[in-house]
Amino acid sequence: MMIPWPVKHRFLTPGVFVLILIALNGLVFLGIRFISGIGAVTNLNDYTPWGLWIGVDVGAGVALAAGGFTSAALGHIMHREHYHAIVRPALLTAMLGYTFVAFAVFTDIGRFYYIWHPLIMWNGTSALFEVGICVMIYMSVLYIEFMPIVTERFIGRVDLPDFISFLNKPVDRFLRYIDSRLALTMFIFIIAGVVLSTLHQSSLGTLMVIAGQKMHPLWQTPILPLLFLLSAIAVGFPMIMFESLLASRSFKIKPEMHILSRLGVMMSPILGVYIAAKIGDLFIRETFKYIAPLDGTAWMFIVEMALIIIPFFLFLSKKITNSVLGLFIASAFVIAGVLVNRINNFVVAYRPFFNPVEYFPSFGEISVTLGCIAMLVLVYRAIVMIFPVITQDRKDVYNKMIELDKSGPRRWI
Amino acid sequence: MKNQNRRDFLKTAAGIGASIGIAGSVKPAKASEKTLSDDRFGILVDTDVCVGCRHCEWACRVAHNIPTPDLDTYSDNSVFKEYRRTDASSLTVVNEFENEKNSAMPVHVKTQCMHCEHPACVSACIVGAFSKLEDGSVVWDGDKCIGCRYCMVACPFQIPTYDYDRSIDPQIRKCDLCFEKRKTEKLPACVNICPNEALLFGKRDDIVRIAKSRIKRKYDVYIDHIYGEKEIGGTSWMYIAGKDFEKLKLPKLNYSPAPGISESIQHGIFAYFVPPVTLYALLGTIMWITRKKKGDDSEIKDETNQDKKGGAL
Repeated sequence: MMIPWPVKHRFLTPGVFVLILIALNGLVFLGIRFISGIGAVTNLNDYTPWGLWIGVDVGAGVALAAGGFTSAALGHIMHREHYHAIVRPALLTAMLGYTFVAFAVFTDIGRFYYIWHPLIMWNGTSALFEVGICVMIYMSVLYIEFMPIVTERFIGRVDLPDFISFLNKPVDRFLRYIDSRLALTMFIFIIAGVVLSTLHQSSLGTLMVIAGQKMHPLWQTPILPLLFLLSAIAVGFPMIMFESLLASRSFKIKPEMHILSRLGVMMSPILGVYIAAKIGDLFIRETFKYIAPLDGTAWMFIVEMALIIIPFFLFLSKKITNSVLGLFIASAFVIAGVLVNRINNFVVAYRPFFNPVEYFPSFGEISVTLGCIAMLVLVYRAIVMIFPVITQDRKDVYNKMIELDKSGPRRWI
Repeated sequence: MKNQNRRDFLKTAAGIGASIGIAGSVKPAKASEKTLSDDRFGILVDTDVCVGCRHCEWACRVAHNIPTPDLDTYSDNSVFKEYRRTDASSLTVVNEFENEKNSAMPVHVKTQCMHCEHPACVSACIVGAFSKLEDGSVVWDGDKCIGCRYCMVACPFQIPTYDYDRSIDPQIRKCDLCFEKRKTEKLPACVNICPNEALLFGKRDDIVRIAKSRIKRKYDVYIDHIYGEKEIGGTSWMYIAGKDFEKLKLPKLNYSPAPGISESIQHGIFAYFVPPVTLYALLGTIMWITRKKKGDDSEIKDETNQDKKGGAL
């Protein structure tokens, strides 16, 4: 019987050890940034105020966490129960992804101790304000959506250390109370999560519109918000497939191909809409002429488009959507395509006037970005080993649960 | 007071839907349109008169308490070899450009914040740390700023600068038209010190008129264009010159206000909260319609079937 259950596996493996080293290296540069300022670690300057941290950690981070809202829309709102097994991993990815984004923002803004200011100082004309406030609310929503997984893990199993063990019962009662309240109100948060996501995914695109003529015409378009939303939706499922396949390989669990293949089949139409919008924009604004010089910038555009168009065709093939490797590669293409798109929008396309030095991220910047990603993966690994996130074939556990509770295991998130 | 109301409103807002609602209904800070006075300032930089003495750079630093070398050291012309931009310690910078008509008389161009009529920084700032004052000046409030540097991304003249080398209390710096100083003195420091009267300070309307008459009088010297009169919807600082402005490293910009497109997209998405609330209602309806009926255990059945299928793959 397939049921979400904590994964039983060694935490430390050679791969994990490498991740820890990458994380430590990032932490060193993070330390320098907070002691000596942004200039000490980054190549940012007065011409180029935003770089890798905004492009990848924030821009791409928000997009790659989109699996959370696309799977919630599919699983919970459209009630396609078949896909329930992917909702929890996607939710965890989104929750950790947004936490990572929030931390990236905290690192990148100069006056990090004022990060709470947007909560009370509002500027309705600012796209960044819209993104900021939506991301803050959405992150809270994600944590609330994750709560039932925590209560499920501990209800009936609260086992505190001896000296406070008298609290076991009250804590259990408290968890049951929260659980019952959440069960009644969860639909509010699920819908809110999807609405908030559509809002800030698109507003993230509006961000660069105000840069006006400083942004390369291949990317500067008034439909940027639409393109950002469509690409976020497009990358949601590939991210879920990529992660699920990676996790099942790492934990030696059977890949959930019966779900992932069906997601794969949906991908070509979703990618098609994005590609159509992107190419339509290219022709309506007649910006295709900027590709002709075939300079570095034009090549970045070509690479970005290729990384999206190739998987469009890959996902059309039944052979590929039915094979583990095929799905993995096709999803990796989409993820890379959206990643390059965000880097292009926030870094490559931003071309300040009379700029003497072209920006390229420093070793410190890259270290921090990679370090944060490594930390995210490590936390993800730890959480799926503690909480029931990943669905596995555990008949033994299921039967025991049925014995305890005739109505079967609770499955509403 | 207005802020206070918003805060209270936020506190009492019940439910996520409601709080999304409020976020969008915050009225745009269109100070530029509402409060701009007809007497607002304009400053003309006459590049034909400027000799590049850089006294304005010195006076500006003194006025803003930025450490500066003696005024005598400013006669050193070697700084002109390289193009310089405003930075955390220089809110205004004078650059030298070749003069094709008379190579002995190079052109000098002072740059600083242009104090736009419709400032992109005011529109963009996440916390509203920038404001356009009635007299035309655009000023920054360090008590609000979170240091995100979006103003630098937004500014069409790429003027605001940031203290990259400070971890605590880094400043966003730019010309503030000597806002504090002008409470007691009449002129901004740079205009006050300019020995050649290359800088002309007055009502914006008068300044435009004077600039036009100068161009008319010396039509053989100036090109017929006041840079800043219409660029990006108009700026407080304006330039006249005998050379194409782009060659003087003043970017060629179109005439529509910088925040225009961004703001209309923003308001389109939010339009009194109708789109987000509609979306919420729509999703709620879908959720209700597709909900699992009581006693429907298709989920379990579905899964067992899929299990078999999954095994085959």
